[in-house]
This record gives sequence, C-alpha cells and structure tokens, in this order.
Amino acid sequence: MSTVTPAAIVFFGLCALVVGCAGGVALSRNILHAAFLLLGTLAGTAGLYLFIGADFLGVAQILIYVGGILVLLLFAVLLTSKVGDTRLSNPSAGLQFGVPLGVLLAAGLVYLVFTTPWPLTEAVATPMTGRPGEAFLGEYLLLFELASVVLLMALVGAMVLARRAVKGRSPDAASGGAAT
Amino acid sequence: MNGLFTIGLPHYLTVSAVLFALGLITVATRRNVVAILMGVELLLNAAAINFVAFSHFVHGAVAGQVFALFIVVLAASEAVIALAIVLTLFRNFRTVDAAATATLRE
Repeated sequence: MSTVTPAAIVFFGLCALVVGCAGGVALSRNILHAAFLLLGTLAGTAGLYLFIGADFLGVAQILIYVGGILVLLLFAVLLTSKVGDTRLSNPSAGLQFGVPLGVLLAAGLVYLVFTTPWPLTEAVATPMTGRPGEAFLGEYLLLFELASVVLLMALVGAMVLARRAVKGRSPDAASGGAAT
Repeated sequence: MNGLFTIGLPHYLTVSAVLFALGLITVATRRNVVAILMGVELLLNAAAINFVAFSHFVHGAVAGQVFALFIVVLAASEAVIALAIVLTLFRNFRTVDAAATATLRE
C-alpha cells in the first residue's frame, strides 16, 4: 500500500482536467463551449507530459496545440457559423450507439492495460531538452527534415485550397479567404 | 502491481484509453465537421500520451517523445489543411453539417 503523495494529487488533478474537458468536447451541445473545453484537455495533456519529465514536449504542446491549433479551430468555428446564430449549435447523431461503443472500447482497453504484463524498467526522469534535441539532429534527422517539408506542403496546400473556391466568386470573398 | 497512488504506466494508459474513447465518441456522433476535427485532435493526443508513457516507463529512452512531437507537427498540418477544406465546404454549401454535404458535386 502507498500513501497519498502530492505528486499523486497533481496527477489525478491533471487526469480529471483531461478527462472532464474531453467529456465536455464529446457531449457539449454548443460548439464554442466544446472548443474552449478542448483547451483544458490540451493543457492537461501538456501537464501530463511535464509530469514524466518530457518538458520540451510539454512546452511544444502548449505552443503548438493551445497557441496554434486551438486558435485555428476557433477561427473555423466562428467563420463557419451563420451570422446571428448565437446558439452555435453542435448537433449529434447516434449518441445511443456511440456512447455505449465508446464505453465498451474504454473498458476493453483498461482491462488490457491491467492484465498485460508490461516489461517495466526503472523509470528515470531526466527533464532535459538535450536528449530530444540530440535525437532530432542525430538519429531522426531525416524525419525531422521530412517534417519541415510536410509543414511547407500543408502551408501551400491550405493556400491553394482556400484560393480555388474564391477564383470564380466575388472579390470580397477572395479577400476574406486570403485573410484566413 | 504498484499501489493506486504510485503513478506508473497503467495510470497513463488508462487516461489515454478514456481519452481515446471520448475522441471516438466525438468523431462518431458529431455532425459538425469542426467538432469531428476536435475529436480527431483528442484521438491524436491519446496516442501521443501512450507514446510518451511507454518511452518513459518501458523503453527508458527518448524515442517516444520524438514521435509525440512528430504527432504534434502532423496534427498542426492536418488541422491547417482540414480547416481550409472546411472553409471551402462552407462557401459552397453554406453549412458544415457532415450529413448534409455527403455529395461529390457542387
């Protein structure tokens, strides 16, 4: 038996944040609420990374996910809702099948987690940015460069996609598309 | 197995499994395309938590963190492309309901 440690309290708090906010994302009826609750999930995930010494990853998660992707999602939510629609509804279909499916999946996965004999090693938390940095510029250099190419392709692709629809349409829509 | 309050691999895998299930529920039941994208982000996060937890508790190396960072990068590019598609979809259909846009013609 073990006693309650401050670390355990922090961990379970982060878990409650992640799972609670993810539940809100899954079941909220207002898509703006879902988008803001996603913030809690992503920040809690960053906390979970920091908890096991992956501090570079945790900071990158906050910078990219919370600072970038979430803002992009908010842009999409607000740009694709009709003007004057204050409810910003987030309809769902088939919840009576989806929720039992999800509960079954979670139960099965948790059962597997607790019945599988994982080959555990002694966990050594080395909160350093040095080791990931050396891995990126050593063993995973090719993947690192490929990731930059992928990002460039995504940039160009997003511009092409946003422009193509605009070409035959009104010029004010074109300026709106370029701004996004 | 360790006690409940000694944080180990099963704790992380359980959080990740619940997060994955919630993401799957979101992807399967939402009708708004942007909400489906949020579900995809939940799924990607669950997978990344697994990578980091396994690399910390089993492998003892840094490879899982590297893969999780690549997941973040790919999620960023996926979000950019998908949101450009969603905006195009909205311009053409005036709606982002996944059921209402199930056609290949304009």
